[in-house]
Amino acid sequence: MSETKSLKESLESKLTGIPLSWSEFRSQQRVTVPASNIAVALKALRDAGMDQLIDITAVDMLEYPGATDRFEVVYLLLNTNSGERLTVKTHVNEPELKLPSACPIWFGADWLEREVYDMFGIVFDGHPNFKRLLLPDAFESFPLRKDYPVKGRGERHNFPIITRAES
Amino acid sequence: MATQINKQLGDNVFLTTIDAAASWARANSLWPMPFATACCGIELMSTAASKHDLSRFGSEVMRFTPRQCDLMIVAGRVVMKMIPVLQRIWLQMPEPKWCISMGACACSGGVFDTYAVVQGIDRFLPVDIYIPGCPPRPEQLIKSIMELQDKIKKTGTYNAREFQFRILPDGPKRFDEDELVRIRERNGFKLEEPKYDPIH
Amino acid sequence: MPLELIDSPDLDAGYREGLWTLNFGPQHPATHTTLRLVLQLDGEMVIGAEPDIGFLHSGFEKLAEVLDYNQYVTIVDRMNYISPMANEIAWHHAVEGLLGIELTPRCKYIRTIFAELMRIHDHLLCTGTCVLDLGGATAFMYAFNEREKIYEICERASGQRFHTGYTRVGGLLYDVTDDWIKMVRDFCKTFPPAYRDFAGLVMKNRIFVERTKGVGVLTKEDAIAGGATGPVARASGVERDLRRDEPYLAYNDFDFDVCCAQGGDCYARFQVRMMEMLESLKIIEQALDNLPSGPVFTSGTGKEGIPDKTEVYRSIEGLIHHFENIMPNRQMPSPKESYYGATESPNGELGYYIVSDGDFKAYRARTRPPSLLHFSLFSRMIKGCMLSDVAAVLGSINIIAAELDR
Repeated sequence: MSETKSLKESLESKLTGIPLSWSEFRSQQRVTVPASNIAVALKALRDAGMDQLIDITAVDMLEYPGATDRFEVVYLLLNTNSGERLTVKTHVNEPELKLPSACPIWFGADWLEREVYDMFGIVFDGHPNFKRLLLPDAFESFPLRKDYPVKGRGERHNFPIITRAES
Repeated sequence: MATQINKQLGDNVFLTTIDAAASWARANSLWPMPFATACCGIELMSTAASKHDLSRFGSEVMRFTPRQCDLMIVAGRVVMKMIPVLQRIWLQMPEPKWCISMGACACSGGVFDTYAVVQGIDRFLPVDIYIPGCPPRPEQLIKSIMELQDKIKKTGTYNAREFQFRILPDGPKRFDEDELVRIRERNGFKLEEPKYDPIH
Repeated sequence: MPLELIDSPDLDAGYREGLWTLNFGPQHPATHTTLRLVLQLDGEMVIGAEPDIGFLHSGFEKLAEVLDYNQYVTIVDRMNYISPMANEIAWHHAVEGLLGIELTPRCKYIRTIFAELMRIHDHLLCTGTCVLDLGGATAFMYAFNEREKIYEICERASGQRFHTGYTRVGGLLYDVTDDWIKMVRDFCKTFPPAYRDFAGLVMKNRIFVERTKGVGVLTKEDAIAGGATGPVARASGVERDLRRDEPYLAYNDFDFDVCCAQGGDCYARFQVRMMEMLESLKIIEQALDNLPSGPVFTSGTGKEGIPDKTEVYRSIEGLIHHFENIMPNRQMPSPKESYYGATESPNGELGYYIVSDGDFKAYRARTRPPSLLHFSLFSRMIKGCMLSDVAAVLGSINIIAAELDR
């Protein structure tokens, strides 16, 4: 618990005057940082000992009851020495789907950010090699958004047919 | 004359048609090309490994280049990004060739009725044998290979007559809701977002 | 050309023109499943590799949003398909964390036994095919002998030999029988000699050692910053194991070692996997000796867990209980929260980040796949190695395409 305090202090000392909301659920610490300060916050957390980036993901809050922001981007951080974990959340909205890249801080963010772009269309500025990761380049939609149907829009069957006579 | 031959050669000579001989040889020396994409690929490995030993049935010579193979075993789901690769590999295989679609995903999409998974490779490729199961047991794969051998023996390959009249790919008729969606979009109809319930 | 000069911009253009590009995959025996590499070669030396993935992307995370917490087990099974039960355990570990369910001791022990059996299962395939890719077919056959026994154990417990679908929220599909316990005990007896055969064939084999030692080195700093976990990180000297550091299930009760190595090369990763199999066996034996009796389902407020079948058929209360749990609109509510639950899967930290909107199904369930992070480190590991080392490095980091692409 004392270490979380120090983490909290070190983050708040770097981001004075910025509203950070801390919460806890089943002893998991979460902090919400405004999108404009996320790069500074992540840098400060890395310097405070969170040396491993476990995951970056996003959630489309379109159908979430009571949600005000469209996308929530989540960074899961870990301190490999003490085993302490922290979840950092930030929100982005429709016209300005942009966040600074975390690649300069942890290079492991490379593919994770590309996947978030692939699935949600959130752009990460300053990423060294930014393109789709999993889906083909010609794919136009972002499938994990809530307004995309589970069965897709027919992309999966848009291929030529090879018959026995042709092959 | 016949008795003379019989006397000289005994049981060492068999008379048959070239077609039957070729079919027999082909059926018992299948060279599979394991197109293993997912879980079924591991069962394919099990089938080839020590306990189930596929080589007892004359088809253990797995070759990973399509140009040396005459049987493609598609083991696992095939997705959007993979189907052009699959088709290209199929086209690279020399005639005569056969295709086994192994597992529910390759046959019909299985549990993955999602935007990315092709709902059955028979929409885009001719398939000879379907194996159900998720994944099929190795015994099932062995059984299907034996059935394919029977099929090859029956149809005959000398003049490739079993391929002559096949214009459409084998398998169920391909017309579904996705195709409807495409046709409507091509004609400029505005579509409402379909709402899918979990049970459906 | 010294390796550190390759990335420098003032390299003369003639050198770049002399390089050649090789396409590796997506259908290649050493990739095991489906992934593609575009290699930049200087003669036979790999100086750059760009992985291209997504050849098995099948929308797992989209399916998580339409299937409920019990149904989604069918899908997570197919994620890391060389150790299916490890995924189930990880998924329900996260779900139970979100719902705040405490398991019964017997359920915890059985899950622990299965988790460790799956670790052996996974490592056997990984090490076996790693040797196969380097030209040794015998070790692969030895490994599969033992894997078949684990398949039979899974089949006895759940009815399916491969994708078991065995865990449920708050418990297990069925309780295990005495038969099953005997099978696991038999396995514990027959595994060590088989392991000795396998290890004796490979660990000191000169060809194998020379092809893996010093190949594909991952430094400790890179492993941490790149997000490597599990055997890959431990082989680089990161001493971290969730079973010990964040004990879940019944791992607190057992005595086992965390296997680490220092080299960070393919051989070290191989060694860590080999050592872990023996540690897993130790845990299984301890768990079998102390297997508690009692129910496998929790009986908290009554909404979690599926009642016993005899109760369903014989009593109205049991039938109502069953109905309440199975009907989509009557299931247990979940808190409107987000939760990240992680377990130490054979491949590394396998976690699920679940966002719930109050239903019995996830609003969003993100998988944290260890393979993805490991494969993103591949281009660092392979730099400066030979073309033939690509197969060795790929085999040693154990990339599972379904988990990589989901």
